[in-house]
Amino acid sequence: MAKPANGKVVEQAKDPRGALRFLWSYLQKFWGLLFVALVLTIAGNTLALVGPDLSGKAIDAIKDAGEVDFDIVFHYAALMAVFFVTSSAFSYCLALLMRSISQKMVKQMRNDVFDKLMRLPVSYFDTHMAGDIISRVSYDIDVINTSISTDVVQILASIVTITVSFVMMVKISPILVIVMCVTIPASFIFTKKMTKITRPKFSTRSKCLGEMNGYVEESVGGQKIIQGYACEEVYTKRFDIVNTKATDAYYDADRMQAKIGPTVNLINNLSLCLVTAFGALLYILEFMTLGKVSSFVLYSRKFSGPINEAANILGELQSALAAAERVNRILSEEDEISDVENATELKDIEGNVEIKELSFGYTKEKAILKNFNLKAEAGKLIAIVGPTGSGKTTLINLLMRFYDPNLGTIRVDGTENREATRESLRKQYAMVLQDTWLFGGTIFENIAYGKKDATMEEVVEAAKAARIHNFIMHQPKGYDTLLSEDGVNISRGQKQLLTIARAMLLDARMLILDEATSNVDTRTEKKIQSAMEKLMEGKTCFIIAHRLSTIQHADCIIVVKDGEIAESGKHEELIKKRGAYYELYAAQLR
Amino acid sequence: MFIGYLFKISGTVVGLFIPKIMAHILDEIVPSVKLNENYIELLLWSLLMIACALIDRFCNVFANQRAALASTQAVNKLRYDLYEKMLTLSGRQTDKVGIPSLVSRLTSDSYNIHTCFNIFQRMGVRATILLFGGLAISATLDPIMTLTFVATLPFVFAIVFTISRRGVPFYTKVQSSVDGMVRVMREDVSGIRVIKALSKEDYERERFDKANTDTVKNELKASGIMAASGPFISLCMNMGLVLVIVVGAYRVNIGAAKPGVVVAFLTYFTIILNAVISVNRIFIIYSKASASAKRVFEIIDSENDLLIEKLPEDYRENADAPIVEFKNVYFSYGDIENEREISEEKYVLSDVSFKLNKGETLGIIGATGAGKTTIISLLMRYYDVTKGEILINGRNIKTYDLSELRTMFGTAFQNNVIFADTIRENISFGRDLSEEEIVRALTASDAYRFVKEKEGELDHVASIKGADFSGGQKQRMYVARALAGKSEIIVLDDSASALDYKTDAKIRENLRNDYSSSTLITIAQRISSVMKMDNIIVLEDGKITAQGNHEELMASSEIYKEIAATQLGSLS
Repeated sequence: MAKPANGKVVEQAKDPRGALRFLWSYLQKFWGLLFVALVLTIAGNTLALVGPDLSGKAIDAIKDAGEVDFDIVFHYAALMAVFFVTSSAFSYCLALLMRSISQKMVKQMRNDVFDKLMRLPVSYFDTHMAGDIISRVSYDIDVINTSISTDVVQILASIVTITVSFVMMVKISPILVIVMCVTIPASFIFTKKMTKITRPKFSTRSKCLGEMNGYVEESVGGQKIIQGYACEEVYTKRFDIVNTKATDAYYDADRMQAKIGPTVNLINNLSLCLVTAFGALLYILEFMTLGKVSSFVLYSRKFSGPINEAANILGELQSALAAAERVNRILSEEDEISDVENATELKDIEGNVEIKELSFGYTKEKAILKNFNLKAEAGKLIAIVGPTGSGKTTLINLLMRFYDPNLGTIRVDGTENREATRESLRKQYAMVLQDTWLFGGTIFENIAYGKKDATMEEVVEAAKAARIHNFIMHQPKGYDTLLSEDGVNISRGQKQLLTIARAMLLDARMLILDEATSNVDTRTEKKIQSAMEKLMEGKTCFIIAHRLSTIQHADCIIVVKDGEIAESGKHEELIKKRGAYYELYAAQLR
Repeated sequence: MFIGYLFKISGTVVGLFIPKIMAHILDEIVPSVKLNENYIELLLWSLLMIACALIDRFCNVFANQRAALASTQAVNKLRYDLYEKMLTLSGRQTDKVGIPSLVSRLTSDSYNIHTCFNIFQRMGVRATILLFGGLAISATLDPIMTLTFVATLPFVFAIVFTISRRGVPFYTKVQSSVDGMVRVMREDVSGIRVIKALSKEDYERERFDKANTDTVKNELKASGIMAASGPFISLCMNMGLVLVIVVGAYRVNIGAAKPGVVVAFLTYFTIILNAVISVNRIFIIYSKASASAKRVFEIIDSENDLLIEKLPEDYRENADAPIVEFKNVYFSYGDIENEREISEEKYVLSDVSFKLNKGETLGIIGATGAGKTTIISLLMRYYDVTKGEILINGRNIKTYDLSELRTMFGTAFQNNVIFADTIRENISFGRDLSEEEIVRALTASDAYRFVKEKEGELDHVASIKGADFSGGQKQRMYVARALAGKSEIIVLDDSASALDYKTDAKIRENLRNDYSSSTLITIAQRISSVMKMDNIIVLEDGKITAQGNHEELMASSEIYKEIAATQLGSLS
C-alpha cells in the first residue's frame, strides 16, 4: 500500500545560517511592528541610562545634617516618579507588542506548515510518523515562539545598552577601553566556540524528542492492544529507553549550556578586575580622577550585563534555531508535483476509464502492478478480486493519482491523468475505503463533508438510505453529536455506513468502493442494497470486495494475481471456466 | 541535589563579594596606596577579586549542571510514571480523556514542567539569596529606610501572586486549545487520502486555522496578563525608591543617617529589584507549568476504577465449570454512577447469558452495532459490567489480577495496530516468544508466505501503522499475534473482513487442526466464518435472540436463516 520503511531520514548537515534566514523571513513580514519595538526599546533603555543620573542629582542635594536642599530633592524625586511611570508604560507596551508579533508569526508558521502538509504527496504520510510531524507543529514552533517573544527584546535592549555604554566609556577614558579590547574578543571567541559545540547537541535534542513523540503517539494509540496482551511492562520498559534517550539528549545540551553563562560572567568579572586595577594605577599615576574611575567602572558593569544576558539567551536561541531547522525541513519537502501547464479541467465527463500497460512499484526493486490493462466504459461496474496483497488497493492509489505510475497511462475520457488538474480528476471519483475516516466534528459535518452547502434534509436522506439514521437518532444530540477522534464507541461497521452516507452526497461520475461494506453485516448490507444501487447508478464503478455475493452482477470481474490480471469476464463465464475465480468462490462454502 | 544548592549558594555569595571588593579597592586601598605606594596591597586585593571570580564561575557551572541533571531525572521519572499509568487506564477513563489529550500530556505538558524545573533551580535559589541578602545588608545600613522600602514589597508580592494564580486557568485553556489543534493535525495526517480525494484541503486549512486562531487567542489572553506583571512590579519598587530618597533626605537632615548610606542603598536596591523581577519570571513560568502539572497529575493520581475483588471464602475450584460464562449481563457506556437513570434502550447489552466450555468454539454473529465487540471488551475487563456477572472457570473476572486475566486471551482486535517495528516483534508483542512459535502462528494464519517475501523476513521493519502491508495482510498478522502466545482462549473479532474467502477458509481449517485444544470465540459478519462452531449466538440490539449450532439455528432462527440465505443462497 505504501513505501517500505525507509522513512528514517538521515539528519542533514546543520545549517544555522539557513535557520536564521528562515526565521528572518518570518520576522521581516512584521518589520513595521518590529521597527516600533526597536524605537520603544531604544527609548526605554535610554531612559534607563538617564535614571541613575536623576537619582544622583537628588542625592547630591542631600549633603549633610541640616544642609539638605528639599526643593531640589523633591524636584528630582517628582521627575523620577514621572520617569518611572513612563518607562514602565514603555516596557509594558513593548511586552504587548512583542507577544503580539511572536503570536502572529507563530500562527503564520503553523498555518504554513499545515498548508504544506496539505500539499505534500500521500507518500510523505506513508513514510513519516504522525507523532514526529505533530511535534514539529506543537513543540518546535512553541520553542521558536518563546525565543522570539523574549529573546528578540533582550537582544535589541542589549545592543542599545552596549552601544551607549561604550560611547560613554570612550568619552571617559580611551586608555581604559583598551583593557576591554582584551576581554570583549575573549568572550566573543569563547561564545563562538561553545556555539559550535552546543549546536549539534540541540539538534539531537529536538530529534530525540521527536522520536519519543512518535513512540508515544504509536503506543498510546495502541493502548488497548497492549493491555489486551498484558504486556504493559514491556512497553513501559521500551518507553523508558526512548524517554531516557530524550532526557539524556536534553541534559547533554543543558550541561554544555550551563557552562556558557558563568564563563562569560567570569570573563566580565576579570575585565572588571583589570579595569579596577588599571584604573587604580592610572589614578595613582594621576592620569585620572577617582570619580572618573568610578563612573567608568559603573558603565563597564552596565556594559557587561547585556553580554552576560546574551550568553544566557544563546542557549535558548540555539534550541530555537534547531527547532526552526526542523520546521524549515518540512516546509522545504517537495510538494505533490504540480499540475502540468494548461492542464485540462475535467468537467461533465462520461466516465470512460482506460488503463494501458501500467506498471508501478513503491520502490524500484519491487513492482506491485505489472503491465496492467483495463478498459472501463462509462456506467459499467468493474469488480476487482484477488488474494490480499495482489495490488488492488495500489490500483486505487493510481486511479486517484495519489501516486503516479512508473510506466503506462491511465486515461479518463481520453485525458491522461497527468494532463488533468488533480482537483478536477479527484472530484470525478466518489470513494469509500476500507479504512474509514471520520474527524472530530458533528455527525452532520462528517456526512456533509464532500458536499458544500448540503442541507439537513439531504444529509438525513443519505443517512436513512445508508441505514444509519436510527443509530444517529439514538445518540445524545442526534446529528449534532460530536464524534471524538477515532470514533471511540462506534463500531467499524457503523463508521462504514457513515462514510457510505457521505459518498451518497457526492456528485461524481466514478465510484470506488474498496471493501466498503466489509464490516457491515449482510442483513444490513442487503437493506442498503437499493441505496447502494442508486449510488452506483450511471457511474463507472470500481469495486473491491471479498464477499463475492456483492459483485456477482458486475459487468466485468477482474481477478488480479501478483499484480497481473489472471482472468476477467462475467460471473457465469468465470464460474464455467473453473479457474482462479471459481476457486475463490467455492471457498465461501467451505 | 543538596550539594548543588550548596554550590549555588556559595557561588552567589562569593559573586556578591566582587563589587564589594571593588568598592573597597577604590574607596580605601587606592587612596592609601597613593600615599604609601604599597603596590603589593593593591595587587593582593586584585588577586582576591580574581580568585572570587574564578570560584563564582566554578560553583555556578557545577550547580547549574547539577540542576540540569536533577530536573532531567525528575522529568524522566515523571514521564515514566505517567506512561505507566496511561497503560493501565480503564476503557472508561481513556474514553473520558481521549488519546490525543493523553499524548499531549505526555509530550508538551511534560516539556513545560521541565522548563519550569530548570528555571526554578537556576534562578530561584539565586534570586532568593539576592533578595534576602540585599534586604539584610540594607537593614544594617538604615532600618527606617529599609522599612520604607519593605513597605512596597507586600504590593509587589500581591501582584505576583494574583497574576500567577489567575494565569493558571488561562494556561489550562491554552493547553486544551493546543490539544484541539493537535487533534486536527492527527486526524488529517491519518485521513489525508480522503481529504485529497474530496479536494477538501481548503476546508481542512480553515478548520486548522480556526483551531490555531483559538490557541493564539488564548495564548494572547494568558500572556497579556503575564506581560503586565513585570512593568507593574518595576513601577511599584521604583516608587519605593523615590520614597526612600525622600525619607533619606529627612533622615540625613535630622542627622540620623549619612549621605553615603543613601548612595549604598541605591546599589542594593538594584540588586533587590533584579531579584524580584527574577522571582516574577519564575512565577510566570510556574503558572504555565502548574497548568500542565495539573493535567499530568490528573492522570497519575486517577484511581484505578477496575478494582480487584477478593475471592469469596466459600469459593471452591470446580473443574467442570465452563471456561467462560455470562450471567444476565447488562452494560451501558454511560456513567455507571447514574445507573438508575439508564433507560432500557441505552443499554448496549442487555440480559446476555451464555456458557462456553473448555475446548469448545463459540461464534457470535449479528448486525452492525449489535454489541458483539462489547462482549469482548467486558470479557477482557476493559469495562466493568453495569449489571450481572462474568465468570471465568467459575470465578468472577473481578477476582482475577488484570494481567492474569488478560494473558488467558489471545485476541485479534477489530481496531488493531501494526507498530513500526520488526515483524517478529509485532507477532511476539512483548511476550518474548521463540522463533518457532512465531513461525507456527504465522503459518497457521497464512501470513508466513508474504512475510518470507519481505526483505529480512521476520526482521523486516514494518512501516508506520503497517502501511507497507495490505489490509488483508495486516489482518492475518493480527491473527498470528493472537495465536502465537498459546493462550487458553483465542478471540477473533471480525478478523477476516479484509480476507478473501479462500484465505479465510484456510485459516479456519488451520485453527481446527493445529489449535484444537484452545477455546475459540469468533465474531464475524460472514456466516461461513461461524457456521462450524459448536455454539453460535445471534445478537440483535444487544440481546441474544437465538443460540445453538448451525443446524439448530437454521431450524429455529429467522434472522439466522435470512443471513444464511443472503450469503449462501445462490450456491446451495
